[in-house]
Amino acid sequence: MTLGESAALPERAAPVRATEAPVVVLVGNPNVGKTSVYNQLTGERAHIGNYPGITVEQRSGRLELGGRGPATLLDLPGTYSLSARSAEEQIALDALLGHAGLPLPALCVVVVDAGQLSRNLYLVLQLLELELPIVVALNMLDEVAHNPPSPADLSRFLGVPVVATDGRRGAGIEELKRVIAERLGKPASSGVAVSYPEALVADADRVVSALPAAWRSTPGRDRALALWALASVEPGDELRDVPAELRERCESVRHAAGARDLDRELIAARYACIDGALERLYARVERHPPKRASSERVDRILLHPILGFAIFLGSMLVVFQALFSWSDPAIKVIERLVAWTGTELTALLPAGVLRDLLVEGVIGGVGNVIVFLPQILLLSLLIGLLEDSGYMARVAFLMDRVLRTLGLHGRAFVPMLSGFACAVPAIMATRTMERQRDRLLTMLVIPLMTCSARLPVYTLIIATLFPPSRVFGWVPLQGLMMVGMYVFAIVTTLVVALVLGRTAVKGRRVPLVLELPPYRLPSLRLTLRNMVERAFVFLKEAGTVILACTIVLWALLAFPRPATAVAPPRPASVAAVHATSAEQHLAAPPVHPTAPEPARAESRIGESYGGRLGKAVEPLFAPLGFDWKIDVGIIGAFAAREVFISTLGLVYGVGDTDDQALPLREKLRQETLGGKPRYTPLVGLSLLLFFALSCQCMSTLAMVRRETRSWRWPAFLFAYMTALAYLVSLLVYQGGRLFGFG
Amino acid sequence: MPTDVRHLSELEVGDVADIEHVGGERSFRRRLMELGLVPGTRVELKAVAPLGDPLELLVRGASLSIRRGDAALVRVRPGVKLTAPELEPATRRRLPIAPVRGAP
Repeated sequence: MTLGESAALPERAAPVRATEAPVVVLVGNPNVGKTSVYNQLTGERAHIGNYPGITVEQRSGRLELGGRGPATLLDLPGTYSLSARSAEEQIALDALLGHAGLPLPALCVVVVDAGQLSRNLYLVLQLLELELPIVVALNMLDEVAHNPPSPADLSRFLGVPVVATDGRRGAGIEELKRVIAERLGKPASSGVAVSYPEALVADADRVVSALPAAWRSTPGRDRALALWALASVEPGDELRDVPAELRERCESVRHAAGARDLDRELIAARYACIDGALERLYARVERHPPKRASSERVDRILLHPILGFAIFLGSMLVVFQALFSWSDPAIKVIERLVAWTGTELTALLPAGVLRDLLVEGVIGGVGNVIVFLPQILLLSLLIGLLEDSGYMARVAFLMDRVLRTLGLHGRAFVPMLSGFACAVPAIMATRTMERQRDRLLTMLVIPLMTCSARLPVYTLIIATLFPPSRVFGWVPLQGLMMVGMYVFAIVTTLVVALVLGRTAVKGRRVPLVLELPPYRLPSLRLTLRNMVERAFVFLKEAGTVILACTIVLWALLAFPRPATAVAPPRPASVAAVHATSAEQHLAAPPVHPTAPEPARAESRIGESYGGRLGKAVEPLFAPLGFDWKIDVGIIGAFAAREVFISTLGLVYGVGDTDDQALPLREKLRQETLGGKPRYTPLVGLSLLLFFALSCQCMSTLAMVRRETRSWRWPAFLFAYMTALAYLVSLLVYQGGRLFGFG
Repeated sequence: MPTDVRHLSELEVGDVADIEHVGGERSFRRRLMELGLVPGTRVELKAVAPLGDPLELLVRGASLSIRRGDAALVRVRPGVKLTAPELEPATRRRLPIAPVRGAP
């Protein structure tokens, strides 16, 4: 399973639903305020989807154009150039050229940062060469107010309409809409011609005849496509849909060029054209704009070797604290609400399978979903602020040295840190990385972090099976075990990241070229809007999977139903409320209104399909030191890791329980096998390692499925983590026994 | 600045230089050139990350960060840092290749 393979997925559903409305695409470099222009143009209506099979998100919305009728506005991934290298650039290219089943755009709106004209115009030139109909939105003029480029001059140079816009405040948006409506359906225009070296033009003309028939149109566009192919196609690239003939032609032309550097000729010619124009456009060229200068002053503090790191650690502490503690009150309210609804419904409805399904399956499942909302909302808010202010790029700058030794991107830091609170929002946070390969790799290691749902399980196992003795006479063993689990998680994450980065997600080596945009005041309105959008996407796409899984788990532990429907025990899945911390878990109210009758429950859960499954897999897990009761607990824990405890509680007939409950601890300690305790510290260690490494969390898998839009990556994640957990637990348990422990 | 500087990675913070040649793997060369680091472009080493890597460059008015190992693949010619008043149009045209750094 390599990245190249995943990029070449055959399923390529057209992301834009077939409508008669013309398609307007929004393109631009990263960090030019494209998203705010998009939001201003579409108002509050936005549809967030994904390009199938890859982690590139696709937004589209309705663009009302007054008398002209509506158009579909498609927001393309930010890109510096069209020489496609990453999945994002390829998507931008496909959408612009109408390849890969995407509709040909009726118009391209290019958002240009007025403070970065030369680099931004590079993309504009490429679009113009491809004879695409273009309107330029000249954005962020407020940052160069002292020496603004004139839209009229720029328009004269490019030969296309240029509208001054302010994406944050909405200025110029109506004018932009008017121009879009006016230009829709009109043929492309261009006033600029890059003068390429003659030899390069001859090379391009030799490539033209190898272009697929479907790509051919006018001579100018054909030549532009040939130049694109010459600059982009190379052995081992990740481009899709490039016919073999075109590949071979590009290779032979490049080979014939000998020592000439075609890339340099092409790129230098474009920049020469831009530089010449800008010199004419500007009365004076300044050293750098004041916005830059003030950013530099801020950077002197934020990137300072000592002060900068202190601020960095402080802000990361805030992010972590927000996820770990500040979301607590909201989570508690949600848990209470779910428990209350369950109780009310139980009282209201007659006993029976329908009531159980509603209360335990549906209400419990909805609870399992919405319990993530506080952390998702908080993390999207914080990431939005970090991103929009420009600080996220500095985090990557500061941490690159550390993370790159693991093959991870500097921007992976915040998502990985979030993984210590909960993997679900953390996986969502991987969007902050530009490259699909970086996102995938980060997503695949985040579930190894010690998330808060593991804490109650660790607490129970350590407190029950390890003696409260002290190491070296003063270090408490139980505390040491807990710290050890964190260290273990960090070390495994590093090792797994190294291994996976060289195997499963082995993308091409792409050198880090990180842009450090000027610091900007984030727009709270846009950030809040993005936060709400994220929450909806989660509810709609991951939520349905989580709900379905909860119902399946409920059924697994509730069926077959006993002949007498007297006080049926509530299976564990309903208790799948998410604990943020051990303390909080303690405080959570009992979800089960009535505790089942102990003896009855024990026999019943053993008879359920889940119980039978636990017994059936007992031989498989016996080498790890687990018996069927633990196996049932592990099955229940798939709803959420801490459900392990309440499932065990049901197995042992102690009713609803938590990690601090003494009856369950006693029962576990009393369990014997051949006169000796059944659960030894060695079994405990094996179980701890199993929980540390296995992906016992359906919500994590649902989130990875949502972010990658395919089942193959969650399947891979589950498979590799379970295999790793099994292997490590097996080695530890069997090795321990060999040395006479347990 | 020492005159024997030949590569971007050898600059010290505050030094300026003109790009002569971008080496390395094709994808790297192309990405860097597409971001405006074509031969003749003036760059300034603005900062070095606290852990010694990556570097922060000022190119065409934008801050770009690349790793030291990659910067070693970029050959440069040491330049003379000009102050703002000197960058009036007349002076600017005398430079080898008109750098539009900072524009606008």
